[in-house]
Amino acid sequence: MNRIVILGAGTAGTMMANHLSHELAKGDWEINIIDEKHDHYYQPGYLFLPFDIYKPQDIVKQIEEFIPKGVKLIKGIIEKIEPEKNEVLMANGTAISYKILIVATGAKIAPEEVSGMKGSEWQKSVFDFYTFDGALALRDKLRDWEGGNLVVHITEMPIKCPVAPLEFAFLADSFFHNKKMREKVEITFVTPLSGAFTKPKATEALDHLMVDKNIHLVSDFAIEQVDNENKKIIDYGGKEVPFDLLVTVPTNKGDELMERSGLGDDLNYVPTNKGSLQSLAHENIFVIGDASNIPASKAGSVAHFEAEILTENIKRFINNEPLKEEFDGHANCFIETGHGKALLIDFNYSHEPVEGTFPFPGVGPLRLLKESRMNHMGKLAFRWIYWNMLLKGTHIPFVSATMQEAGKEFENA
Amino acid sequence: MEKMIAGKTIAVNEEGYLTDFNQWDRNVAEEIAKENEVEMSDKHWKVIEYLQKEHQNQVPLSIRKIGKSNVVDIKEFYELFPNGPLKISTKIAGIPKPASCL
Repeated sequence: MNRIVILGAGTAGTMMANHLSHELAKGDWEINIIDEKHDHYYQPGYLFLPFDIYKPQDIVKQIEEFIPKGVKLIKGIIEKIEPEKNEVLMANGTAISYKILIVATGAKIAPEEVSGMKGSEWQKSVFDFYTFDGALALRDKLRDWEGGNLVVHITEMPIKCPVAPLEFAFLADSFFHNKKMREKVEITFVTPLSGAFTKPKATEALDHLMVDKNIHLVSDFAIEQVDNENKKIIDYGGKEVPFDLLVTVPTNKGDELMERSGLGDDLNYVPTNKGSLQSLAHENIFVIGDASNIPASKAGSVAHFEAEILTENIKRFINNEPLKEEFDGHANCFIETGHGKALLIDFNYSHEPVEGTFPFPGVGPLRLLKESRMNHMGKLAFRWIYWNMLLKGTHIPFVSATMQEAGKEFENA
Repeated sequence: MEKMIAGKTIAVNEEGYLTDFNQWDRNVAEEIAKENEVEMSDKHWKVIEYLQKEHQNQVPLSIRKIGKSNVVDIKEFYELFPNGPLKISTKIAGIPKPASCL
């Protein structure tokens, strides 16, 4: 029997296991999915954990619950991929051969990339919220923090969910307002980019919101080191930003497995065709989600849209048909802006986020690039959708894999 | 958009980046450098040539990559082109502003 092996049972890998188990004939194909962890984390929840909006139990479930019957879940550490032999070598010495390999090993933080970041102040006054542990430690810190300089910081791009740091700053504003201590906190947003976000139209809207919420912006800041003793971050140009509490998004990298296997670039992302999701180096290796180097956002919504197109391409590959180069970089993200409101943005490789309505042109009910309560309800409802529909590969009604252009105010559409 | 640079009419985008590399020459680069308070030296030109070559080979540019280029380290890169070295150096090199980001 032929075998497809999926590496990683996170958002992207789990969706692929579900799609493929529906689409492929059971007698012909065996599907394996490999992960070393026991639990599946709802990563968008890391944003809410520090502010006591979600409880830890809201965002953790067992990986097993989401792997369909008929797919074999292998728990173990992967030592190496050996593309020339079409084998995955496990740390315990067993080798698993494959006809098709799907890499879904994601991205994770690497604070050790910046001098002093994981220093003596780590989890004392320097925190991340891109890990479960980090978000929990930060929650405990915020519960009785008495105020001062809060610095929210991005180390370098690309990062997972590029709007999350800004959302953190907005939610912090809201959080301290509710605790009646906003005037005791200075919030500064420090970014290597030239503005609040990577896309000009959205940056305009978001820069405006930052002014409204009295969040200071320090742009074009490329961090060289964290000075633990004097509690400041210093950039290569000599700029310094002092902090009492630093919430940083460290460098994000792909899995070290890619480095060990010789499959990654300098950040361990796998070079991938951005339209077909086939790896550039090996025709029977495909890449989905944060693990690839494609110029799309590293976000669950992107993995969701990719999964529909990758499933089609796997079927084509099996039938020796030409692959579709159809993925357009579609991303769809809620941006929490605090005080019970949110923005929604929808964009792809060629179109930046603009104003309009979603998902029904002219109707909504969600508004693009405008703050509303309905958008916030959408974001909270998304957790249910994630556990109950998204991971299972159920199509989300009215939301297509490639971006829809109707109902949007493009300048030159 | 068009702009007079070093006595020539040059096509640029709204941020001042050249849209046609064929119009680039060293005089144009010198003048863009001056506008950005950069005094060109041999070391500056080495970086500019490196950026142009990488761009030609369609290598996406990032500060991290330039730091590993053996042409300059990140610290020197900042000393040569203060305040946003990647933005300024690519403008002088006549190539698009890197989309470093997403």
